[in-house]
Amino acid sequence: MSEGHDHSHLSDTELRVRSLESLLVEKGIVDPAALDTVVQTYEEKIGPQNGARVVARAWSEPDFKDWLLRDASAAIAEMGYHGRQGEHMNVVENTSQVHNLVVCTLCSCYPWPVLGLPPTWYKSAPYRSRAVIDPRGVLREFGTEVPDEVSVRVWDSTAELRYLVLPERPLGCEGLSQEDLAALVTRNSMIGVEKVAPPKRAGAA
Amino acid sequence: MNGAHDLGGMHGLGPIEWEVDEPVFHHEWERRILALTLAAGAMGKWNIDISRHARENQPPAQYLANSYYQTWLVGLEKLLLQTGLISAGELASGRSAGALPDALAARVLKADQMAAVLSRGDQFRMADEVAAKFAVGESVRVLNNHPTHHTRAPRYTRGHCGVVQRDHGVFVFADANAQGNKLAQHIYSVCFPAQELWGDAAKANDCVYVDLWDGHLEAAAG
Repeated sequence: MSEGHDHSHLSDTELRVRSLESLLVEKGIVDPAALDTVVQTYEEKIGPQNGARVVARAWSEPDFKDWLLRDASAAIAEMGYHGRQGEHMNVVENTSQVHNLVVCTLCSCYPWPVLGLPPTWYKSAPYRSRAVIDPRGVLREFGTEVPDEVSVRVWDSTAELRYLVLPERPLGCEGLSQEDLAALVTRNSMIGVEKVAPPKRAGAA
Repeated sequence: MNGAHDLGGMHGLGPIEWEVDEPVFHHEWERRILALTLAAGAMGKWNIDISRHARENQPPAQYLANSYYQTWLVGLEKLLLQTGLISAGELASGRSAGALPDALAARVLKADQMAAVLSRGDQFRMADEVAAKFAVGESVRVLNNHPTHHTRAPRYTRGHCGVVQRDHGVFVFADANAQGNKLAQHIYSVCFPAQELWGDAAKANDCVYVDLWDGHLEAAAG
C-alpha cells in the first residue's frame, strides 16, 4: 500500500473492501449508483416497521389474519412488502398454547422485506447454535419466560421459506388504531425472542 | 459439508450479545460489501446456493472468528476468482487488467434496475410437475448422509425421525443447485420432537420444524 494515501487508520477488512469496490467499479462489474440503491433500500426503506404493520393489521382484521396464516406471501405482498429474501413467506402464530421462535442454524436466513436486515445477534454463533437445542434458555436470555405447559416451536429456516412470528396481541389495546398497534410491535417479537408488551397507559409513570 | 457453519446444537459459543437500538450497519465497509455482493450477482455467474457454499466453505476457526460481513467478503472474493470475473492479480492490485466482455457488461444493473430487482426478488419455486414422495402426516427419517458439498440438511437432524406437517410444493433442490444442477423437488416442513433430537432432557412438548427436500428424506416406520 504505497499509493500515497494514509490508510493506517483502516482495518485490513476495510482496505480489502475498498480495494475490491474500486476494482469492480473500474472493471465495470458494478454501477456505483446501483450500490447506493442497495444501501438506501435496506438502511432507509425496508425494516421491521413493515412487519409491525402486517401484525397490527392481523390483530385488527380477522379476515386478513386468516389469509396471512393461509397464504402469507400473497397477504404480505398485498401490503406492498415483497422481494429479495421474502419470496416465500410463512407466518406462525403465537397463542396461549404455542410460542414460536425463528432461527437459521446454517447461515442467517431472515425475511428481509418485512424485518429488514437481521441484527448481529441473529447472525451470531451463540444464537444459531442454541436456538434449536435450548430455546427456552435462549428466550430467558431475552427476558422471556415461557411456561412449561406452553409448547415451544422452533423454525429452522433451512430452505427458501422465510418465517415471521405473529405475536400475541397484548391486553389493554382496546380502541388503538392499527398505527398505534404497530408501534407496540418490536422486531424481536416477530423473530419470537420476546413478547409484545402492553401499551403504556396515558398518565402512567 | 460438515463445516463450522452448521451450528445447530453446538455448545460453548458464549452468551447472546444483543444491542439496544442496533444500527443496520456498524461500519461503512459493511454497507459496501452487502451492495457489492448483491450487484455482482447480476453477472449471473452464480446462484444463491453457490454463494452460500462459498461463504460456509472456510476453515472452521476462520469461519467462527469472522463477522457476518467478513464472511460475505471472503465469499465474494472467492466467487469472483472462481468464475474468472476477476484474476488473482487484479484482486491483489485492486486495478482492472482488462474490460468486461460486452455480453457481461450488458448485464450490469443500473440504479433503477437494482430497485426493481430487489423488489421482485428471486424465484425458487419450479413449475415442474413432480410427484410428492411423502404425504402430510407421514413419518420420515433424515438420511444419514455427510456430503462434502453444500447441503441444507443440518447435522443435528440426520438419522432422526419427524412427521411431515406441510408440503410447501416444488422448489429447486439447494444441494444440487450449489453444484450448478437444477433439480425440482418438494420441500416439506418436518416436525421433530425436541426429545427425538436432544434426548429426555428436552421438554416433551417442544419441537423443531425444519424445511427439507425429497432428497434429504426416507420413509420411516410410522
